[in-house]
Amino acid sequence: MTLGVMVLWRRFGFLAGALSRDNQDGFMKAMEFTEKTLVTVMIGLIALCTVHAADAGDRSRVLRLATTTSTYETGLLDHILPLFEQRQNIKVHVISVGTGKAMAVARAGDVDVILVHARQAEDQFVREGYGSYRRTVMANDFIIAGPADDPAGVKGMRETGAALRRLAGGQHLFVSRGDDSGTHKKESQLWAATGIRPQGKWYLESGQGMSSTLTVADEKNAYVLVDRASYIANSKRLRLHVIVEGDPELLNVYGVIPVSHERRPSVKTMLADALVDWLVSPECQKMIEEFALEGERLFKPASAAETDAGDTDGHAE
Amino acid sequence: MDMLSEGLSGALRLLLGFDPDFTAIVAVSVLVAFTSTSLAALTAVPVGVLIAQRRFPGRGGVIAVLNTLMSLPTVVVGLLVYSMLSRNGLFGSLGLLYTRTAMVIGQWILAFPIVAALTVATMEGLDTRVHSTAISLGASPMQAFLRLLSEARFGIVAAVVAGFGRVFAEVGVSMMLGGNIKTYTRSITTAIALETNRGEFALGLALGIVLLTVALLVNILLALLKRRTP
Repeated sequence: MTLGVMVLWRRFGFLAGALSRDNQDGFMKAMEFTEKTLVTVMIGLIALCTVHAADAGDRSRVLRLATTTSTYETGLLDHILPLFEQRQNIKVHVISVGTGKAMAVARAGDVDVILVHARQAEDQFVREGYGSYRRTVMANDFIIAGPADDPAGVKGMRETGAALRRLAGGQHLFVSRGDDSGTHKKESQLWAATGIRPQGKWYLESGQGMSSTLTVADEKNAYVLVDRASYIANSKRLRLHVIVEGDPELLNVYGVIPVSHERRPSVKTMLADALVDWLVSPECQKMIEEFALEGERLFKPASAAETDAGDTDGHAE
Repeated sequence: MDMLSEGLSGALRLLLGFDPDFTAIVAVSVLVAFTSTSLAALTAVPVGVLIAQRRFPGRGGVIAVLNTLMSLPTVVVGLLVYSMLSRNGLFGSLGLLYTRTAMVIGQWILAFPIVAALTVATMEGLDTRVHSTAISLGASPMQAFLRLLSEARFGIVAAVVAGFGRVFAEVGVSMMLGGNIKTYTRSITTAIALETNRGEFALGLALGIVLLTVALLVNILLALLKRRTP
């Protein structure tokens, strides 16, 4: 690095020397300026190339995790990952996107492991051979949130389908993620079960993450399907209330899937397996259970999701 | 709720607090924008000078294209580079997606047309007599050219500063190619997007004020550089 700078100075010194012989007035000053600027730029470049090179050097201990906004924006991963990173000497790079996009980047082999919540899509992901196996990590539930005065009169309804039918029937404003996320997939399933195809002026698609969608629903006094963790994390600034909850249909299960080494040879299987082992370990499960915001717990450990079909082994076909 | 005052006090707290996460965010922004702007300067200035100096068929078209590319949407650049850097893409084997290097590449493409087009405009706006006078005073063509270049130096610096402003403030490329990974590819702008998504509007605003402060510092530095060589 120092050598590079010295070489540069020598080169520019030669240039300056050659020019001084021409003895043109003001010329030297102009050249001096150009020279200084160039040298600054060069030093910057060399320094930064070093940064990038160093950066590439220890990438073997970097694990890429694509996950949903509900696990990241609530702060859960910042709560459970540092201990794992420290013990295993692994750096986890978290890319926080919707479930649909997380699976898309995983299919391309751009991440090593995904933590998502869309059971059908997850099983398909493993069946197609993109994921090696799937483990349940945790669960909570979806709720329908809405304005406190509940203009549709669905508060306390136990059956989600009936509530949705009433919302559609009365054309009450409803905000959908509309982004192929896990929550959006769930919402589509719930609508499909009612036989109603939601469309019209009352059905708004935000196309954004959960927190932004909640903001839209809040501003518009609309109803919205939301996972409980995101609802609690944002509840301080929202006027929305929990309107419908408790239907078994609203169970929200999170699964972790390492990307298959056979399909995408570039993935770091060892590191991904280590992360899965950590996530399902009793110690981490306890941390997940105890994680709380605004005095409320956000997730339940995997054992709470046992009614769900359990784990998937990719090689068991 | 007074979001603006909360944002201002938040910005002050961030700037004075030296929180390591926050320092990393600023460092990523500055490092990446500085590298990409330097690359753009090293490549786009010569191209701009060449276009301004030479006469060739289709020259007007090239300039028009450069001017058009100045309004290239960041997300389009992001998508384009994404499709090439993804494991499925042409350069997928390099594994560059979601790295700082990927951000630099995207921002370089963003800054290039701005620096090149503004360099062309600067060179064309110069008094052509500078060149002929230098020749008549006995300068070699090379010396005459350097003289012309030195006349254009402030305009060229302005072009580079404009390029820096563009990449420093952009969010589309950084988000798509960097992935907003904490302490690694999270820049000021992607952090603003994240905090806005989270509903932490005051913190987003505070980061915006920080971004402007850092941009101001960079421009003061450049102004000092100018003054040292009047």
